[in-house]
Amino acid sequence: MVHFEHELTGLKNALLTMASHAESAVKQAIDAVTNRDYDLALRVRAGDSVIDHFEVELDELAIRLLAKAPLAGDLRLIAVTMKISQNLERVGDEATKIAKRARDLSQEPPLKLPPAIPQMADLALQMLRTALDAFVSQDTATARALIPKDKQVDALNKEVHRQLANQMIEDPETISRCLNFMVVAKSLERIADHAKNVAEEVVYLCEAEDIRHSGKTKATLLSDERGGHAE
Amino acid sequence: MIMSTEPEKLTPPKRDQIAPGLTPQPRQPARTGIAEAAITVRELSVFFGSNKVLKSVNLDVPARAVTAIIGPSGCGKSTFLRTLNRMHDLVAGSRVEGQVRLFDQDIYGARVEPVQIRRRIGMVFQKYNPFPTMSIADNVTVGLRLNGLRKRSTLAERTEQALVMAALWDEVKDRLNSPAVSLSGGQQQRLCIARALAVQPEVLLMDEPASALDPLATARIEDLILELKRDYTIIIVTHNMQQAARISDDTAFFYLGELIEFGPTSKMFTSPSKKQTEDYVTGRFG
Amino acid sequence: MPTHNHTRRKLFNTVMQVLTCGCALLVVVPLLLVFYHVVKSGIGSVNWSFFTALPKPVGESGGGMANAIVGTFELLALAALIGVPIGVLGGVYLSEYGSGQVNWFIRFGADVLNGVPSIIWGMVVYALVVVPMKRFSALAGGIVLGMMMIPLIMRTTEEVLRLVPNGYREAALALGIGRWRAILQIIVRTALKGIVTGVLLALARVAGETAPLLFTAFGNRFWNHQLSDPIAALPLQIFSYAISPYEDWHRQAWAGALVLLMFVAIVNVGVRVLTRDRFSQGS
Repeated sequence: MVHFEHELTGLKNALLTMASHAESAVKQAIDAVTNRDYDLALRVRAGDSVIDHFEVELDELAIRLLAKAPLAGDLRLIAVTMKISQNLERVGDEATKIAKRARDLSQEPPLKLPPAIPQMADLALQMLRTALDAFVSQDTATARALIPKDKQVDALNKEVHRQLANQMIEDPETISRCLNFMVVAKSLERIADHAKNVAEEVVYLCEAEDIRHSGKTKATLLSDERGGHAE
Repeated sequence: MIMSTEPEKLTPPKRDQIAPGLTPQPRQPARTGIAEAAITVRELSVFFGSNKVLKSVNLDVPARAVTAIIGPSGCGKSTFLRTLNRMHDLVAGSRVEGQVRLFDQDIYGARVEPVQIRRRIGMVFQKYNPFPTMSIADNVTVGLRLNGLRKRSTLAERTEQALVMAALWDEVKDRLNSPAVSLSGGQQQRLCIARALAVQPEVLLMDEPASALDPLATARIEDLILELKRDYTIIIVTHNMQQAARISDDTAFFYLGELIEFGPTSKMFTSPSKKQTEDYVTGRFG
Repeated sequence: MPTHNHTRRKLFNTVMQVLTCGCALLVVVPLLLVFYHVVKSGIGSVNWSFFTALPKPVGESGGGMANAIVGTFELLALAALIGVPIGVLGGVYLSEYGSGQVNWFIRFGADVLNGVPSIIWGMVVYALVVVPMKRFSALAGGIVLGMMMIPLIMRTTEEVLRLVPNGYREAALALGIGRWRAILQIIVRTALKGIVTGVLLALARVAGETAPLLFTAFGNRFWNHQLSDPIAALPLQIFSYAISPYEDWHRQAWAGALVLLMFVAIVNVGVRVLTRDRFSQGS
């Protein structure tokens, strides 16, 4: 069992490395927007392939471990790792989108960044970091506490959209730059969503309770009857 | 109910894309909670001499389902199984306390004959053991013949029935009179299952029935068990957790003579309640 | 130095090998001597009349051992009638039933009895059967041989039954078959070849017993017509002819010895052949 435990630890460490890559991609992308840094934006775009490779390798490793037919906590850990890596890969994609907008914005005259955007960025990054910390320490309370924060980011996003919409009406010269800002905000909102997903996976890992999509009506695919399949 | 090959798309799958062709199989149907209990065990304790081997076990075995019993060596799972068909009566110095009921009958009641119980509760062993001096057909009907059933036509009928149920008929129908030991290991074990089924028991106890077989033969026995559970209550002792996960509806985890946890297999193997169960199931001990 | 040791070791090995081989051969030598001598001395006198004619009166030449041969078989049949059921069922009890203490005692007793000198068996039956009946009889002879067979058959039956794997007992009981039925119709049936072997070997063993028959069957120069009469037996006849002063009778004694030896040899070899068949059946 010791060998398998080592492999599980290796899996977790790989996930955490991937997470740090994703986190720094987001941070760098936002810096590129704030500081109008063309080169930084290009570096973020290039770095996305690293994150993509991580996802592929993590999935491969996870499948290999699943072939050893683990059960209970080990099984949940591997399943959750695969889900989280998918979320992190999307976070990387969103960071790339932000970087692209940063690149475009740096080619245009500077425009004042809506203050909500750095706030959103801070929140989203904090959420991501906290979710991964909860994963490492298997702290379900922290994970659960994280989930409502997503609403804050949603609210900020709406605020940004409103502001930028007004600005575009007042000054049509700024339309293109405002649209870029809107995309950045949207991406940050999606990153916060992914952080929330990670938190939900952590809850499943710790409590074996699947709290995703709660509040929407459940579709029942599984039969309630005894006896299973009929011929 | 026919499962379609694509899951019904009620909400567009977002992050979790279900791979086409991979249907959610209702292998572990939900417990209705009012399932009939075939065997109820209350405060069962078993002593070998002064050694208390089973300690106050309480358990309800659901009818027409597969219940797996898991646990490390020496935890009492085989002892528990053998208590259910009174095999311990043959062990000098053994004592059974508590109550075991088969449907409405108290197995250890004052006027109950063990022989009677063993006709209602059959058993299949780890090492397949068809009687070597008898042919295939004779092996199947031995339980009937030695209990007085002599009519040729009935015996022939029951032979075919039992062999069909044990998924062995097609392979042996042309050589029913050849010696039972001429069959392969997997076939011999299925013959033993047919032999047990011929007596028409209500419950089938299986003590690691596939552990002496190769993977292919094991898979066939597992398929057979899944078929049989429509008509029989099956209790299977296994040291192979994945096997328990594959074929059982409920699982009981024993440790050092005590029942630690009992619950639906799907829960036991994905998120057991007790840490001991979790540790055993993930191979951290035992 | 090492090569020197090596040669010495090799020499020692060879010497030991030759020594042990020689000792093993020495075991066979008496057997060969016996066979050679008996065949050489007896083959001349073994003819049709030997098997069919009664002994001739003293002084007359010719005659045979027909009654002794038949008598031996009769005694063996009687012995089997007594020894086989009691021995087999006793063996069944020892193997399948009984408590540890009692069984240990019975086994010990049987082993001791197997070692009791056969002449003492004869004396016991003399006191128990011949004296009350006031006559020597085939019945007494059958009883003594049967009693000698009992501990022998009991132990071999028990050994053979113990070799039957416990799995069969459990399987039989798990089918709801009553204990006795299970034992007789399944376990004993599985061990049957072994039990028969044990019985045959016991018969071959008592076929050659002479001393007990001296006090019980006594011998008879004529046909035996009822169980309460004395009966001729091959070993007895050989004995009385061998110590007689008559040359003719000596030759007939050798012939009788040859027939007896052949009987015992055939049974033993036959049993070995039967047993070998069983092992080669596989599983």
